[in-house]
Amino acid sequence: MKVSETSDVTPKQSSSQPTIRKPKQDRPPDDDRGTWKLNRRNFLSLSGWIAFFIFLFTSTLGALRFMFPRVTYEPPSTFKAGYPEDYIIGEVSEKYKDQYRVWIIRNAEGFIALSAICTHLGCTPRYLASENKFKCPCHGSGFRSDPDFGINFEGPAPRPLERLKISLAEDGQILVDRNIKFRYELGDWTKPEALLKRG
Amino acid sequence: MGKLKEKFQQTEVYKSIFRHSYQDTSRNRALQILDNVFLHLHPVRISRHATNVGYTWGMGGITFLLFLVLTITGVILMFYYRPAAEYAYEDMKYLMNDVPFGPLMRNMHRWGAHAMVITVMLHMFRVFLTGSYKPPRQFNWGVGVILLVLTFLLSFTGYLLPWDQLAIWAVTVGTNMARATPLLGHEGPFGPELGMQINNDIRFILLGGTQVGPPTLLRFYVGHCIFLPIVAAIFMAVHFWRIRKDGGISGPDTTKKEF
Repeated sequence: MKVSETSDVTPKQSSSQPTIRKPKQDRPPDDDRGTWKLNRRNFLSLSGWIAFFIFLFTSTLGALRFMFPRVTYEPPSTFKAGYPEDYIIGEVSEKYKDQYRVWIIRNAEGFIALSAICTHLGCTPRYLASENKFKCPCHGSGFRSDPDFGINFEGPAPRPLERLKISLAEDGQILVDRNIKFRYELGDWTKPEALLKRG
Repeated sequence: MGKLKEKFQQTEVYKSIFRHSYQDTSRNRALQILDNVFLHLHPVRISRHATNVGYTWGMGGITFLLFLVLTITGVILMFYYRPAAEYAYEDMKYLMNDVPFGPLMRNMHRWGAHAMVITVMLHMFRVFLTGSYKPPRQFNWGVGVILLVLTFLLSFTGYLLPWDQLAIWAVTVGTNMARATPLLGHEGPFGPELGMQINNDIRFILLGGTQVGPPTLLRFYVGHCIFLPIVAAIFMAVHFWRIRKDGGISGPDTTKKEF
C-alpha cells in the first residue's frame, strides 16, 4: 500500500495535468478481486487454512477412534455353569460369582441366574445367607433372597437386581447369557428364558 | 572469603548465569525476576496489599507448591510402580514395605493430593469472598474452574492406581455415573437415541472396556502421569500470567478517595 502511495504521488504543481500510470508488473490493481471475489493471495491463504482445519478435524477424529479398542479382553458373555444335578434345591451358588458376577440359584421351580451387579452404582453385593438377603458393601443397598430373589428393599438401589438368560446347552449343562437381561420393573421376570424350569 | 566470592562473580561462568550484578538496587531486583525463566511469569513489582496473607491466605501459592511436591514425589514413585494389573498392587505394597523412604514418598503424594483439593477449594472460597472473580478477572475465574476440574480428575485417576479393592470399586462407582451422561452415556438422556451402547459410549472410552480392568488401569495411569499434568501445567501458566495482566492480585479500590 505504502509503495503505491508514494510512487503515485505527483507534485502539486502538475496536479492539473492527467498523470500517466505506469503498468505495474506482477501485481493486480488495488481492490480488483476478480470474478470469484478472491485474489490470488486470498485464495492461497484460504486453501491453506481449509487444509489445516481438515487435517486438524480428521486427526482429532482419528485420535478419538484410537481410544475405542476393537477387541476387549474381558470374560465371555456366555458361560456354562455345570449340570443341573450339581445344585441342590434352595441353594444360592457363588461358584461363578468371582469370574462372571452371577449367582446360580435353584429353588423349587427351577434355576435362576441372578446378576451380581448392584443396580445403584455397579458394585458386587454379598450374599448373606443367615440374613436371607444380598447386601451391597458400597452404599448399603439390600436385595431379598428367598423367595423373591433380587427385589430391592433397603438402601439407595432404585430397582431389583437383573436376572440373566438361562437355558440348557446341548450337552446338558446350564448355559447363562449375560448379555440378555430380564428386568423386574419391565415385567421381564415372567418370561420363559428368565427361569430354567425344573422340579 | 569475601574476596574469593568477588573473584568468582567476575568469572565468565558466573556472569553467563547471572546476567546482572547483585547490588540491592530496584533495577537489580526487577532483573532478578525478569531474567529468570522460572520467575518470569511472576510480576516484577506487586502492590503492597498483595503480600497481605490475611487477604490472600496464600492458598493459590500453596496449591501450586503442592502441585510441585506431587509432581516430584509422583516421578519418584514411577521408578517402582508398574501400571499392569499383575504388578500394580504388589508394587504399591513393595513401596510401602521395602523401598527406602518409599512410605514417605507415597504418603507425601497421597496426603499432598488430599491437601491440594482442599487448598484449591479454599483458594476459590477466598476469591469468591473478596469478589476477585468480577471484571476484569472473569476469564481467570473460568480458567480456575477448569483447573479445579483437572485437580479432581487427577485425584480420581490417581485413586485407581493402588489397584486394591477400595480403588477398583470406587472407580466402578465413579465411572458408572458416566453411564448416565446426557448424549454421551448409554443410559443417559438422549444417549440411546444417539446410538450409545455399553461398548461405544463415554464410559467405554474411560475404561477401555465395559468394566474396570487392566486397560482401565493403564488409561488412568497415562492420564494421571502424562496427559492431565501437562494440561494442568498449561492452564496454570495461563492462570498465573493472567493474574498479572488483570492488574495483579485484587485489592481495595484505589480509585476511590477514601483509600
